Amino acid sequence: MAGQTLYDKLWAQHKVLEEPDGRTLLYIDRHLLHEVTSPQAFSGLRNAGRKVWRTDANIATADHNVPTTDRRAGIADPTSRLQVETLDQNCADFGIEEFGMMDKRQGIVHVIAPEQGLTLPGMTVVCGDSHTATHGALGALAFGIGTTEVEHVLATQCLWARKSKSMRIWVDGELPPGVGAKDLVLAIIGRIGTAGGTGYAIEFAGPAVRNLSVEGRMTLCNMAIEAGARSGMVAVDDRTVEYLRDRPFAPSSALWERAVSVWKELHSDDDAVFDREVHLSGDEIAPQVTWGTSPEMVTAIEGSVPDPGNAPDAVRRQAWENALVYMDLAPGVPITEIAVDRVFIGSCTNARIEDLREAARIVRGRRKADSVRSVLVVPGSGLVKAQAEEEGLDEIFRLAGFEWREPGCSMCLAMNADRLESGERCAATSNRNFEGRQGAGGRTHLVSPAMAAAAAIAGHFVDVRTWK
Amino acid sequence: MEAFTAIESVLVPLDRANVDTDAIIPKQFLKTISRQGLGQYLFYDWRYLEQGGQLLPNPDFVLNQEPYRNGRILLGRENFGCGSSREHAPWALADYGIRAIVAPSFADIFANNCVQNGILLVSLAEAEIGGLFEKTAAVKGFSVRIDLAEQVLRTADGQLYRFGVDPSVKFKLLHGLDDIQVTLQHQEDIKAYEAGRRFLMPWLFHWHET
Repeated sequence: MAGQTLYDKLWAQHKVLEEPDGRTLLYIDRHLLHEVTSPQAFSGLRNAGRKVWRTDANIATADHNVPTTDRRAGIADPTSRLQVETLDQNCADFGIEEFGMMDKRQGIVHVIAPEQGLTLPGMTVVCGDSHTATHGALGALAFGIGTTEVEHVLATQCLWARKSKSMRIWVDGELPPGVGAKDLVLAIIGRIGTAGGTGYAIEFAGPAVRNLSVEGRMTLCNMAIEAGARSGMVAVDDRTVEYLRDRPFAPSSALWERAVSVWKELHSDDDAVFDREVHLSGDEIAPQVTWGTSPEMVTAIEGSVPDPGNAPDAVRRQAWENALVYMDLAPGVPITEIAVDRVFIGSCTNARIEDLREAARIVRGRRKADSVRSVLVVPGSGLVKAQAEEEGLDEIFRLAGFEWREPGCSMCLAMNADRLESGERCAATSNRNFEGRQGAGGRTHLVSPAMAAAAAIAGHFVDVRTWK
Repeated sequence: MEAFTAIESVLVPLDRANVDTDAIIPKQFLKTISRQGLGQYLFYDWRYLEQGGQLLPNPDFVLNQEPYRNGRILLGRENFGCGSSREHAPWALADYGIRAIVAPSFADIFANNCVQNGILLVSLAEAEIGGLFEKTAAVKGFSVRIDLAEQVLRTADGQLYRFGVDPSVKFKLLHGLDDIQVTLQHQEDIKAYEAGRRFLMPWLFHWHET
């Protein structure tokens, strides 16, 4: 019998029961809640007179609607305010712990859960948010769900699911200097397409993945959904264990040793068989920039905007043509000649401390280009913000003319006041370049934190591998 | 949830690949704390034009054209519903009156969310979808009938397409069932599983004290 994949192990360990047709009732260890996808779930519970099955499995925070400027005056937009207040009230009514807007531990839900040790290896982690895949970086089975499923988890601590197929994305070699996890995941999406992972659980593996920090692995798993996969994961190793040591909600003393010995089994067996294998060479990855309105519309920094005439099929040709019209780009334009109006450094993809360090490394001692209207740096959590300030990164950004903000989702999806004006072009470290994502009519180019910082200084995209 | 048996409608062609949930309903409408009334915002950025501070229907968008305005079945391209997990997308579709979507493939989370809201997703081969697009272009008001019990889509000109559907999804849609009631019938199993897990991995519980 072939060995088990990491996904096989995580799946088997959470099976409460399996119906003859393969539908499985899976136990959920950790449920994360935010204000946008939970209010209708709580009203569903109320209407049916149901309780929360296990309050201590839940943790909530407000991240999508919160202002990133001074918060002491509260939220100006009444609908945003109502949504955040509704979360506060629901958590109070149902006995769920919440990191409220003024709590130092507040932040983007996918940043704060690992940071607090609320995400642990071997867990099933769900949230009404597609970027829940992030938590797979710690050897967990993590995936996004809809609001009806949020209500289901609250009421039963379980979800009905069918096992996905398995895919291993193996990255050999080493990423070159200046090339990071974001470039790697964009290159992967460029290779397999935004639907390439549909129906699969992806395990990222190989020397170049092992070599990433746990934060880098989160960036990688975060965008598994942009490749179509609900979950992405990385096996547990010493880096995972060291990352979790002394986190506030991680086990301590005797339980720590016990937990670590269990966690060390969370990897695919050598003889495990995957339904699909994809190989990439890490050494060949260059900094990536998206040029269109889907994350698969991506190329290397030395590339140029493609000609729809060269698209592989008619459906894509149409999609590329639409994208170039929306993005106001012409075929053949070198990526390095694309000028940006705004820069956004943040989001659940790239707002952890090492992302901010990487951006600061590029910026130190320089100023943003005059042609760039604004540069927003939005830390992923209150604790990331405090750490960055302790290291003086905020000062580096301020001296460069960047804005240093309070934590939240911010301009990744523009539900709060941070957004692009119609026609504005933005270099963003976030995860989606869909039409209107960062504001109606706004144009998004997805890049790494280093590439975003360099674009802010130069006023256009530049190759950070040659940055001096 | 409204049960799904059979439905007949003009086929509404939305000829784009990777229609994402931001396009189905943009972020400014996710601030609601209710599930109702989202149909008016469906495909907002494509459906409306802003002119001099006024919101006007965009005549180029298919749902603003006859005979599609009251269509109940969408015809789409690959990877329909990709992107965010927002259930507001199927809420908006269902509220508008869309009961089924026919496309080569659908994003996973969106597919789950549709089932929870009584929307049937029919996947057909790329070539079959291509053929249906050609027919909607050639025949004004080209309509189809989808029968879930039989798992067939019949076109007005008599062609028949069989489609696959997960038996549990079929059962749920046919009866308009709510999952929580079904799951709570297994609560003894859940409690037994939980007790075992608590014994083996106590650090996953009572994290307030660890």
